[in-house]
Amino acid sequence: MPEEEPPSAFTPTRRTVLKAGAAATAIPLWPREASADSTVPMSLRVNGKVYEQVLEPRVTLLDALRERIGLTGTKKGCDRGECGACTVHVDGRRIKSCLTLAVMQQNREITTVEGLAGGELHPVQAAFLRRDGFQCGFCTPGQVMSAVACVAEGHAGSDDEIREWMSGNLCRCGCYPNIVAAVRDAAEELS
Amino acid sequence: MDSFTYTRPDRPADAVALGTAPGSRYIAGGTDLLNLMKDGVQRHDRLVDINSLPLNDVRVSDQLVRLGSLNRMSDVAAHREVVRRLPALAQALLASASPQVRNMASLGGNLLQRTRCWYFRDATMPCNKREPGSGCAALDGMNRWHAVLGGSDHCIAVHPSDLAVALTALDATVRVLGADGPRAIPVAEFYPLPGDTPHVESALRPGELITGVDVPVTELAGTSRYLKVRDRATFEFAVVSVAAAVRVSGDVVREARLVFGGVAPRPWRSHEAERELVGRPLDDQAISAAVTALVRDAVPREHNAFKVPLLQRATTDVLRRFRRTR
Repeated sequence: MPEEEPPSAFTPTRRTVLKAGAAATAIPLWPREASADSTVPMSLRVNGKVYEQVLEPRVTLLDALRERIGLTGTKKGCDRGECGACTVHVDGRRIKSCLTLAVMQQNREITTVEGLAGGELHPVQAAFLRRDGFQCGFCTPGQVMSAVACVAEGHAGSDDEIREWMSGNLCRCGCYPNIVAAVRDAAEELS
Repeated sequence: MDSFTYTRPDRPADAVALGTAPGSRYIAGGTDLLNLMKDGVQRHDRLVDINSLPLNDVRVSDQLVRLGSLNRMSDVAAHREVVRRLPALAQALLASASPQVRNMASLGGNLLQRTRCWYFRDATMPCNKREPGSGCAALDGMNRWHAVLGGSDHCIAVHPSDLAVALTALDATVRVLGADGPRAIPVAEFYPLPGDTPHVESALRPGELITGVDVPVTELAGTSRYLKVRDRATFEFAVVSVAAAVRVSGDVVREARLVFGGVAPRPWRSHEAERELVGRPLDDQAISAAVTALVRDAVPREHNAFKVPLLQRATTDVLRRFRRTR
């Protein structure tokens, strides 16, 4: 996916010029409709804190978190919902933040990996450390967010069940045995 | 992703008015639409976010399970009455996508997800579905994942939804709302075959919005099962899938439903195979006759001929399980 340029970094390119041309024939707007060639004010509640943002409607939740709010713990792997590196919680449910628009997630409670630990590591994070559930670490924030939900949903009753319910998170280093062990540990500790 | 306008109406009538305007598209979960837009396969001037519409209901009676179209896949799969009365529906949903995507994706969006034919999804390739008249790269290309039944010389893409296969086996009906009001479309009539118009993918009229799915509660539905065969254990589309329901009494099959995924441009019901089962004991002879009838019209291509025996073996396996549990 081409990078979404923030308005402050705007430099005309062939693409943006073509887009501006297209905007001349813009469709009539519905009342309160956010127009295509402008940004929309929106308020995103992340880890208990409200962030007032002004974004284009096409900005994904993932890009809003990383590039605008500056919470870079959530990772962009495939940007197509296949790898799970961008997993966050919305109203307590795990989702892939690359597959939803920021504008769609207003007034929801968004939790990223930065919001997981209180004074000390979350038991799932501690279990990943103890079990060495990673190598390069790129998929780990998504794995951890998914694992927290997996345990809370009651889907960590056996190794097979953990493998099935963690299947939306890929690890190209292949640390799966240790990831499964970490989730199993955390599930026992949290039960 | 090209830019678009965004609006989030509260009332179904407003949504339909917006959705009927040229250039508009509904968004619910967004799990397929945003990928298609990122890849330049689809471009829309306006997204109409339908998540504020009151389409989240689940109503269960002794005759019918009524599901609002905004119900998420994970919630329907976990619903006690769905698990009990419509097992194939719950099993098909749980066999789909990943836990995160199931938390996001809606029932209506699942039914309208587009094919995973990679020629369709690559905007630089010819595709009669994406660009009518441009040709089909799959016919003589990498067609391992493509249709062996119901395809045409213009398109052999398969429909990717497990949900649609289960709903076809369960005789479900899709409820829609359009500018002319509501109507109901049987799932069995929802997906046209490609013929020479593969870009026409559903019975929806322009701007019509799926508002729900109705599934009859029957003794047959209570027996239903879903088997999905994939290239890996999970989080993958079907190579072949089978939704089956068989009602047996007095050692004789009284009613049977056999619907298949991964093999055709739409959920593929085989009346021919069902007829071989009804009125006979569910023995190996009957099963063999059914799976022979099932693939009689199959048209395999260079890389997907394996689907024909695989479909037969998967179906045999599912049917034998009905025998064991009787």
